[in-house]
Amino acid sequence: MSATMSGLPSIPVQVETPAGGGACHGNALAILHEVRHALERLISTGEATRIDLHALPFGAGDEAWLTALLGTGEVRATIEALGPTSVQETAIPGVWLVDYHNAEGQRLALHLEITCIPGILRTQCRELDTAVATLDTRLGAATPGGSRPLS
Amino acid sequence: MRVFEKNPLEKGLAERLREHGVSRRGFLKFCAATASMMALPPAMIPAIAAALERARRPSVIWLSFQECTGCTESLTRSHAPTVEDLILDLISLDYHHTLQAAAGEAAEAAREQAMRDNHGQYLLIVDGSLPGPDANPGYSTIAGVSNYSMLMEAVEGAAAVIAVGTCAAFGGLPAAAPNPTGAVSVMDLVKDKPVVNVSGCPPVPMVITGVLAHFLTFGRLPELDEYHRPLAFFGQSIHDRCYRRPFYDKGLFAETFDDAGARAGWCLYRLGCKGPSTYNACATMRWNAGTSWPIEAGHPCLGCAEPRFWDAGGFYVPLSVPTGPASDYLLAAGAVGAVAGAVVATKARGRAKEEAAVRQPVTVEELEQKL
Repeated sequence: MSATMSGLPSIPVQVETPAGGGACHGNALAILHEVRHALERLISTGEATRIDLHALPFGAGDEAWLTALLGTGEVRATIEALGPTSVQETAIPGVWLVDYHNAEGQRLALHLEITCIPGILRTQCRELDTAVATLDTRLGAATPGGSRPLS
Repeated sequence: MRVFEKNPLEKGLAERLREHGVSRRGFLKFCAATASMMALPPAMIPAIAAALERARRPSVIWLSFQECTGCTESLTRSHAPTVEDLILDLISLDYHHTLQAAAGEAAEAAREQAMRDNHGQYLLIVDGSLPGPDANPGYSTIAGVSNYSMLMEAVEGAAAVIAVGTCAAFGGLPAAAPNPTGAVSVMDLVKDKPVVNVSGCPPVPMVITGVLAHFLTFGRLPELDEYHRPLAFFGQSIHDRCYRRPFYDKGLFAETFDDAGARAGWCLYRLGCKGPSTYNACATMRWNAGTSWPIEAGHPCLGCAEPRFWDAGGFYVPLSVPTGPASDYLLAAGAVGAVAGAVVATKARGRAKEEAAVRQPVTVEELEQKL
């Protein structure tokens, strides 16, 4: 549940942030080494790797430390399918953050993908069988020199 | 592992979702969330997608006995899938007397109808313990039928039984001393059908739906531990998956709930944390849609997923260490890391009953000497 969804910001309580509360506990360091191995595999064999960050024993600050260290790259995309999924390339080429949320804004999974392009960004081959039919329908409904395209 | 037959005429999940306008990307996203929920590595997503494309909706009958409805409350907090997804798309929930619209005779008729129509195929979910066959059945009845009779009748046509919550799995609070109702667990009574225990008070919502998703995806029950709990969720101790574990390894402990150590997020062992002897998925799946979990909120683990946790001593009393050889194992575990810790904790758990009588509280000084 996101803080906005839960109404947490409206609760008039000031929480004193403890010294170690939001700090990195060092649990993300091992993941970075795993990413390094995955990158080497990607380079040498082309094999892609996915790491489920949501299933790791991170403390409050570990995830933020990891994502800050990986940085932000050139590509950012949002996919609207059963809620938003954001795909962000990190500053390390070939390392992507894929953040899955449901329609209510709750996180379903957070993956680090070490690949040239995350699979969810590609056109799905299973849907190509409807592509020509969809275009034909639109062509049939289109007016030459027409006014408004179909949505 | 037993594989259950499916009706070949029924549509698969992928087809049903497509009819509801869900794209292929949406389906793959659903598979990614399902893998995460089942604690499976993301590399399994293609296999999950292939299996879910063929998956049929199993009939589910949910019986609630001596319980507080906390387990159902937990289930309704599942966010991937939501309980609505679960009921409408993934399973056919044919009887659940808290969630269903029907009441009274109509509700009981729905249960009996589902049992007849899906004989040998339905999943039976139970929350709550129940008075055993030798106890007064009047302590807990539904529609005038004793819990014991209703369970044994429903078990007869079930493919498998899932005991949800520590009460159903191990007896829980109703079975705590002096156990006035003669409460027993499902596992105590059901011997001829597969029983899966999803313990916790309540269980993590995603663990409940994860077990159902595993059955739906692979058509069989997950691998289980010695207490019949799914290894995917109960295979590691809270301690070994705890983000505060590095503080334990360094001997840094909070002594009170408001001291400098507590504010710095140090290990809660000295405040009674039962993480070293408790097996559950809280540390990774967390609660409230992954927001946090008790230890992250600054409270020690109560050990609610373990048998007899109500009678295991005070919640705020430090976990004792067995005297004798086992204590050396447990103290050494902190020094040599998580893998050894898991092995030692498993050994310690196996001996827990025998050694309970000779346990002594361990002090920080003793721990630090060993570390």
